[in-house]
Amino acid sequence: MPDAFTYLDHNATSPLRPAAFDAVVEALRAGGNPSSVHRVGRTARARVDSARRQVAALIGARPSEVVFTSGGTEANNSALAGAGRRRMLVSAVEHDSVLKAATGMEILSVQGNGIVDLGVLEKSLAASDEPALVSVMFANNETGVLQPIADVVRVAHAAGALVHCDAVQGAGKVSVDFSGLGVDYLSLSAHKFGGPAGIGALVVRGGAPFVPDRLGGGQESNRRAGTENVAGIAGFGIAATEARSGLATTEWRDHLEAALLEIAPTAQVYGAGADRLPNTTCISMPGVRAETQVMALDLAGICVSAGAACSSGKVTRSAVLLAMGVEPAEAETALRISFGWNTCFDDIERLIAAWRDLYTRVGYSDIGHAQAA
Amino acid sequence: MNAIAQIRRNDQPIYLDYQATTPMDPRVLEAMMPYFTYKFGNAHSRSHSYGWEAEEGVEKARAQLAKLIGADEKEVIYTSGATESNNLAIKGVADFYKDRRSHIVTTVTEHKCVLDTCRHLEQEGFTVTYLPVQQNGLVDLDVLRAAVTDKTVVVSIMAVNNEIGVIQPLAEIGKICREKGAFFHTDAAQAAGKIPLDVEAMNIDLMSISGHKIYGPKGIGALYVRRKPRVRLAAMIHGGGQERGFRSGTLPTPLCVGLGEAAEICMKEMDGEAVRLTKLRDRMLKGLNAKLPEIYVNGDLDQRIPGNLNISFAHVEGESLMMGIKNLSVSSGSACTSASLEPSYVLRALGVEEEMAHTSLRIGLGRFTTEHEVDTAVGELVHHVTKLRQMSPLWEMSQEGIDIKSIEWAAH
Amino acid sequence: MAYSEKLLDHYENPRNIGSLDKNAEDVGTGLVGAPACGDVMKLQIKVGPDGLIEDAKFKTFGCGSAIASSSLVTEWVKGKTIDEAETIKNTDIAKHLALPPVKIHCSVLAEDAIKAAIADYRAKASKKDETREAAE
Repeated sequence: MPDAFTYLDHNATSPLRPAAFDAVVEALRAGGNPSSVHRVGRTARARVDSARRQVAALIGARPSEVVFTSGGTEANNSALAGAGRRRMLVSAVEHDSVLKAATGMEILSVQGNGIVDLGVLEKSLAASDEPALVSVMFANNETGVLQPIADVVRVAHAAGALVHCDAVQGAGKVSVDFSGLGVDYLSLSAHKFGGPAGIGALVVRGGAPFVPDRLGGGQESNRRAGTENVAGIAGFGIAATEARSGLATTEWRDHLEAALLEIAPTAQVYGAGADRLPNTTCISMPGVRAETQVMALDLAGICVSAGAACSSGKVTRSAVLLAMGVEPAEAETALRISFGWNTCFDDIERLIAAWRDLYTRVGYSDIGHAQAA
Repeated sequence: MNAIAQIRRNDQPIYLDYQATTPMDPRVLEAMMPYFTYKFGNAHSRSHSYGWEAEEGVEKARAQLAKLIGADEKEVIYTSGATESNNLAIKGVADFYKDRRSHIVTTVTEHKCVLDTCRHLEQEGFTVTYLPVQQNGLVDLDVLRAAVTDKTVVVSIMAVNNEIGVIQPLAEIGKICREKGAFFHTDAAQAAGKIPLDVEAMNIDLMSISGHKIYGPKGIGALYVRRKPRVRLAAMIHGGGQERGFRSGTLPTPLCVGLGEAAEICMKEMDGEAVRLTKLRDRMLKGLNAKLPEIYVNGDLDQRIPGNLNISFAHVEGESLMMGIKNLSVSSGSACTSASLEPSYVLRALGVEEEMAHTSLRIGLGRFTTEHEVDTAVGELVHHVTKLRQMSPLWEMSQEGIDIKSIEWAAH
Repeated sequence: MAYSEKLLDHYENPRNIGSLDKNAEDVGTGLVGAPACGDVMKLQIKVGPDGLIEDAKFKTFGCGSAIASSSLVTEWVKGKTIDEAETIKNTDIAKHLALPPVKIHCSVLAEDAIKAAIADYRAKASKKDETREAAE
């Protein structure tokens, strides 16, 4: 059964890379608590240290700046809590783990192409003297749109603000340079690029303020208490190394989009005018609700998604597309297609064929329903 | 048990540190495997079969875990481990009920993450009572009763201590909490799967569980949160709203599955395993006592999980002993603090003198410990303690009848 | 925490374990540290008529680094005059054994132990001189 499926939902979760799998299993078998001073403990510690170097190398950070967490959601939450700035400015297209991490945030609107308006950012920062934290994601999970992080950092730092960047969807897919960008905090998640689920990291720039929100045994240099998920960390490290040497190009995505637009010339590719991740396409099928598309494609053996998977399964209108000014009825027809390390060209051809079948069968017929909803 | 062959190769030291972490049971790994490979979906992806498959695994595991503690599966929340569970339980209820109740009761021998959380809450305006423990490590119920007031929001007392393995009288504590209207949280990281736990019979409202202490994976744990009467929590990690809004974040499916499987195995084998481990522990203690004078077990020996011994070897410093017994993986003090040179605060709380605390080792026995390993360990310990005593000025003095306390030691 | 070969060698094969007669006039005894702090060192030197340290013994309650530090020091002081022995610095000990930073205090204790032993020997010697002078 597994072979019959075409999995194009890597932004939800990416299958574990074989080398990462081996590292995970090896570490699970070996056991050991990295805080123990005996040999078994020291071996576990060595695994953690080595993975820390690998993860640091992926994003151009120093190993000491990497704090392992249970994933991207925790990393985002602890960055926003840990920076110690009560005033927070976040972009409207952030993941819920940023948007809901605190109350009373100031929301930065985005332009039609999904990109943060630097003028708005500058003006908002100038509106108050209170030191702020700015949180802007590296790449959007639904549209793949890349934000101009270096510019955000320049504007924010000039105003005395700290910058957090949720790079969960960027790292491992395109090159991310932590020290080059100059951000103060950066969130990572392993399972978005072929590492195991349940592990991520918050990268904290040396010298940036950080107050941990989870207290206990003093692990991670007192920045994140709790016995280290050694196997997860080991898998994260290997996946980081592999991802680093295999970053995707835009060729397949462009081919896919051209093919779909040829089938349905009125379809919209969201964020088309912006720099985007090479693995993500967010496209509408005119008149066909995303839910219908997802189910039909699933029956055809293709896994894709309608917006973010994190909303506990609820299919809600995409806040990201709405923030980009997309009409609600149209937003409900948007499908997210995301490739990953094990995607092959045939997968894309299969998707194009299935999409064409569906569109020819039900295109436009569903529109009344979509508008009524 | 052929599992042992898989767990330990001959060139590896004998693992006697089961309270720091337990090796994974191969059966647990087996259960996790498919979820690492072909069942890799995101349990929250409701739109395709990969997601459903993952969700099924996660929910089965939740039921397995609930069964272990006599809870309903809806009352179990996945976390990244016991540290997070403890933080969430205590901060969560304290924060939610802060307008009505602002007092917390705990004990001085709790795990660091509970104590640090309580200290943090003190800075936020809560009052915390840190109950002493008796010489055997157990909390005095009368002292507890007197400490809990109508302002107490939560009583957090661990089920089993990580250093000395003593079991607190949970049912009695639960009863007192219920009478006084305070929530009862117990850190059961060291207890789950080793002693019978029943959240109903024991009136437990919140319970923390760790995967890697029950032969499951690291990076996963759970928090039991009672639904009737309902306990409410302020979440610490916000986002996608997973785990009923108590804990956001993509669930690591293989880890959840491993935790569930580990719980089920523990439950099935608990009784037999307790008998076996008690026998092994008694054998070890007998073997040591036969050859070594002046060794002392810290903490109550009866009210204790079978797989723990904490022994002071008078006049032999623990770290040097650990360096000698390099074929044994044991711990001096708690693993989380053993990088520091402070003597164990748990032992100090029992009234163990500082010099004695420096001579203690924690020996943890578990599922893969064999009689042969116990005998080898006894031999190694006897050899090295004897050797180090020959080298110890304190041993020499005590043999000469000099009272060490009569000497004026320079503090440094 | 990885220990150096030299440290492990001194821990596993400690030199000069034992005790000298602490009441003997030519023996100086240093007892430093405290049981409550987790380390106690007893270091003894025997000074020959020529003023050279002809024997040294130690007993230590403490971690492996403390044992190795005191063992090393007994080797170093032998054959030296007490003035020479007094110049041994904790940094020399720490460097020789490649002690990790958290174990530097062990070398400090070893230096204290030699100094204390020398001081004890000198106190005995001056007392002896006084007695002699008084007798003359």
